[in-house]
Amino acid sequence: MLLEKLSNAISPSGYEGEVREIIIKEVKPYVDELFVDKMGNIITHKKGKGKKVLVDAHMDEVGFIIIGYNDDGTLRFASLGGVNDKIPPCKVLYVGTNKIKGVVGLKAIHLQSKEERNKGIGYDGLCIDIGAKDRLDAEKYVEIGDYAVFDTKFGCFGDGLVKGKAFDDRIGCFILIEALKENYSCDLYGVFNVQEETGRRGALGSSFRINPEIGIALEGTVCADMPNVPEHISGTYLGRGPAISIMDGTSIYDASIREEIEKTAKKSNIPYQNRRAVAGGNDAGSIQGVKNGCRVAAISVPCRYIHSSVSAASISDIENGKKLLIKFLQGIVKEGI
Amino acid sequence: MEEKEFLKILTTNFSPSGREDFLYEEIKKAFQPYGEISISNINNIYVKRKGSGKNKIMLMAHLDEVALVITDFNKDGFLKFKGIGIDPKTLVSQEVVIKGKEDITGIIGIKPPHLMNEEEKDKAVTFQSLLIDTGLSNQKLKEKVSIGTFAYVKRDFTELLHNNVACKSADDKAGVVSMLSCAKELEGKDLKTNVYFVLSAQEEVGHRGAKSAAYEIAPDIGIAIDVTFDSGKFGADDRENKLGGGPSVCIGPNCHPKLRKMVIETAKECNIPYQVEVEPGNTGTDAWDIQIAREGIPTLLISIPEKYMHTSVEVIDMDDIINTGLLLAKFIQKLDDESLEEVLCF
Repeated sequence: MLLEKLSNAISPSGYEGEVREIIIKEVKPYVDELFVDKMGNIITHKKGKGKKVLVDAHMDEVGFIIIGYNDDGTLRFASLGGVNDKIPPCKVLYVGTNKIKGVVGLKAIHLQSKEERNKGIGYDGLCIDIGAKDRLDAEKYVEIGDYAVFDTKFGCFGDGLVKGKAFDDRIGCFILIEALKENYSCDLYGVFNVQEETGRRGALGSSFRINPEIGIALEGTVCADMPNVPEHISGTYLGRGPAISIMDGTSIYDASIREEIEKTAKKSNIPYQNRRAVAGGNDAGSIQGVKNGCRVAAISVPCRYIHSSVSAASISDIENGKKLLIKFLQGIVKEGI
Repeated sequence: MEEKEFLKILTTNFSPSGREDFLYEEIKKAFQPYGEISISNINNIYVKRKGSGKNKIMLMAHLDEVALVITDFNKDGFLKFKGIGIDPKTLVSQEVVIKGKEDITGIIGIKPPHLMNEEEKDKAVTFQSLLIDTGLSNQKLKEKVSIGTFAYVKRDFTELLHNNVACKSADDKAGVVSMLSCAKELEGKDLKTNVYFVLSAQEEVGHRGAKSAAYEIAPDIGIAIDVTFDSGKFGADDRENKLGGGPSVCIGPNCHPKLRKMVIETAKECNIPYQVEVEPGNTGTDAWDIQIAREGIPTLLISIPEKYMHTSVEVIDMDDIINTGLLLAKFIQKLDDESLEEVLCF
């Protein structure tokens, strides 16, 4: 299954190679042009006579980077992209291209002082243990600057859900790949960007090159519909359809495109929800500001526990997100947006 | 069965305190060639290897492990739970297996960081703030799970560099595997002592199985085999234990001084690496209860050094397990009714 392959692939920000290979193989037969730019973004083109539309998904995932060795052979690390410091303890990580296995340990509860029991632990209090004997030994296996990623495996979960890592934004990649398999009359650029998680940086170069009239970001987005979070700050709900953004930390989305997307959903009986949050951001923020400016929209699939070792998403939301994007792109000329 | 393979089976399966019987079939398969196997009223598992003498030596490692237990149903397939011997900081963003009528996958997630207030960001998480998400409706969930159902963190058996492995519940399945190692070493040997391998129940909740097993078997000597803290950064800096340094022989009032000397002499004679650790009072192990069973039992504690105890990524060195088994086997072969009477006489 394609989403499984994408989710299990190891590609943190700046090291997107593994996902890039999968995507190129998958979309090549369906596009007129495909190349990788100098940043590492994949730019695909399906030629058309209508408006120039850029659809974006980012390939990178949050992860870690090795920043040093301790004398006992453990590794110091920092996050690549935003991973809250409560997440890494007691996880298995793959370190570097050789996938050396390591664990992030914690002091045994028996040995913790009362203060240690109650306090959170920052990155400076954590390390990765690969089983090395000492610093010299560790240096043989891992280099400073190697990345690390969770060992989480994709799978089915609960009732109609899937679980795995990197749903932000491999779900977006999945939807874009599937959408590129259809035909449109607009002039469509499907772009798979690098380095969204370190500040939406890949999208700057690719959208500058394409200079689209309309930009659409596909995302896995925050969903806090758990019973221990007040409902009014949940942002989105799992299973209620793709979320259409109004505003977030990097973009105010174009009202007319948003309305068209909503109209398309209603007409095609595709469930959708509005993203009821303004926090976060995505590549649309980069696309919006390119050259003389670009109208943008975002279609997102709600993911519980985003930016952690394991997220959950609804299969129907993913399918409906795909349907909505395809219907919207097919309607762009006819609707005269 | 090969040691690493057995440890993998034991640690990727689940035996919470009170339900050690979940693993009885696996234990029977592994120990069948080496003795007569039975299970007691409170789930202690006994493997009896007969010898020619009258005396009895009891080796004991606990089969139970720390666990999670479901305490209530929340909304929409979310479960409340408590930990038995587990730090909630180790549970954030973990996949769990709920041991219901069938195994159910769950996820322990946290609030997105942008919704945390400053206090929540700085403080450690608590059990009150954590839930298990099953992705099922409560109706479906209630068909398979009830209050009191056990759960555990799902963790693959992970091989690290050299002979180190990371897994859940190496405490004390590493000890169980070392007993298998010992049993294998003793196979076909002419023993002058009766050996009882005990896989004890309920150690993590207060060494209860040990008490009943020591009463039932009434051994002349009891040796508890458990894991101990290493001396590293996240370990106990008042100890000298190192992974790969061999079994750690405990010194202190819980351990019989002459027997302890005899074990150390055995290690030296047979060139088996060993280390020592001091425990001035309660060792917090089965040894503590064995020692005061019946009229009192000469007791030893031999431990396998471990990193990150009671987490789902406990790290141990396979060589330490095998050397523990070997040391026990060599020690047992030195014992007969006469030598024992001499060493146990004050």
